[in-house]
Amino acid sequence: MKLSIQINEGPYQHQASDSAYQFTKAALAKGHEIFRVFFYHDGVNNATRLGVPPQDDRNITQQWTELQKEHELDLVVCIAAAQRRGLLDEDEAKRQGKDANNIAEGFRISGLGQLIEAGIEADRLVVFGD
Amino acid sequence: MSTLHTINKSPFDRNSFGSCMRVISDGDAILFIEDGVYAATSGTTFSDAVKAATDSHTVFVLGPDLSARGMKEDGIVEGVNVVDYDGFVDLVTEYDKTNSWL
Amino acid sequence: MAKKFMFVNRRAPYGTVYALESLEVVLISAAFEQEVALVFMDDGVYELTKGQKTDGIGMKNFSPTYSALGDYEIKNIYIEKESLEERGLTLDDLQHLVWEDEDDDWAEKDSIHLVSSKELAAVMADQEVVLSF
Repeated sequence: MKLSIQINEGPYQHQASDSAYQFTKAALAKGHEIFRVFFYHDGVNNATRLGVPPQDDRNITQQWTELQKEHELDLVVCIAAAQRRGLLDEDEAKRQGKDANNIAEGFRISGLGQLIEAGIEADRLVVFGD
Repeated sequence: MSTLHTINKSPFDRNSFGSCMRVISDGDAILFIEDGVYAATSGTTFSDAVKAATDSHTVFVLGPDLSARGMKEDGIVEGVNVVDYDGFVDLVTEYDKTNSWL
Repeated sequence: MAKKFMFVNRRAPYGTVYALESLEVVLISAAFEQEVALVFMDDGVYELTKGQKTDGIGMKNFSPTYSALGDYEIKNIYIEKESLEERGLTLDDLQHLVWEDEDDDWAEKDSIHLVSSKELAAVMADQEVVLSF
């Protein structure tokens, strides 16, 4: 089946991203296709390139980056939520006149329409949040 | 359309389980995940309600979340089925849609 | 073929961002010509109260946006009766949301359907995609 995932919370603060990650891994192992993983609300914070979490625990952002690379996942960060929370890619930073960008590898910024599309195109949409 | 209802908060924290039970339909299933797994443990003030839910619906609890919290699989409400993430995935595909109660 | 999308709102406004940001998704969904249903239950019913004045808390009052839903063809708004009653509210305490039916000479019609839990269960059972915030 084609699955879409929505993640509403940032890394570490809530279990949402972890649960979504474990679910996504299990789904891929079973041969399902992940149409899109959409990060909304504080979920955009999963895409920070600047995280330096303690080495003795999982690196949530890195886990997503690696999973994205291995399975060519579409990890989408909502542009409106990202702007609010200060997550910018190179283009956005330039466009907004900011002196830095901070999106991690494997994530792309796009509009809310991508979430609706994720619901339309997939057979199932699962939401992880608070 | 059948629905898999996931509940991720402890019933002592939030009323998600209660709200879910108000609008659940025949043929729907419930899966407790994250902090929601506490609802599946026996001996709580919610255990009767959860047991009642197992009479009319299939109720599941995510094993890894139980273990993480030091809750034993043999200490859950009778009639609740333990699944792992593979089982979670199967439930999502088996039911027509998933309603995540947050 | 259009899918039946349901947006579930169970949180009060301002204390958290979910009410505002879920409304933003709903407005975007209008462009995709799907069958959209909005559900307000539990504290979500507070999102629609009249007379929200936010100057004192320094936040933007986004409640006027709800009245634009009709213009976006978002006209199936379900409010759970039990949630209202628990909170000592009636429909009079909430914004009166309407839409204009172009097939009926642009007659103004109510967007809000006050439903019991049982009726809401039937509505929810019929949906194909559920977005929670």
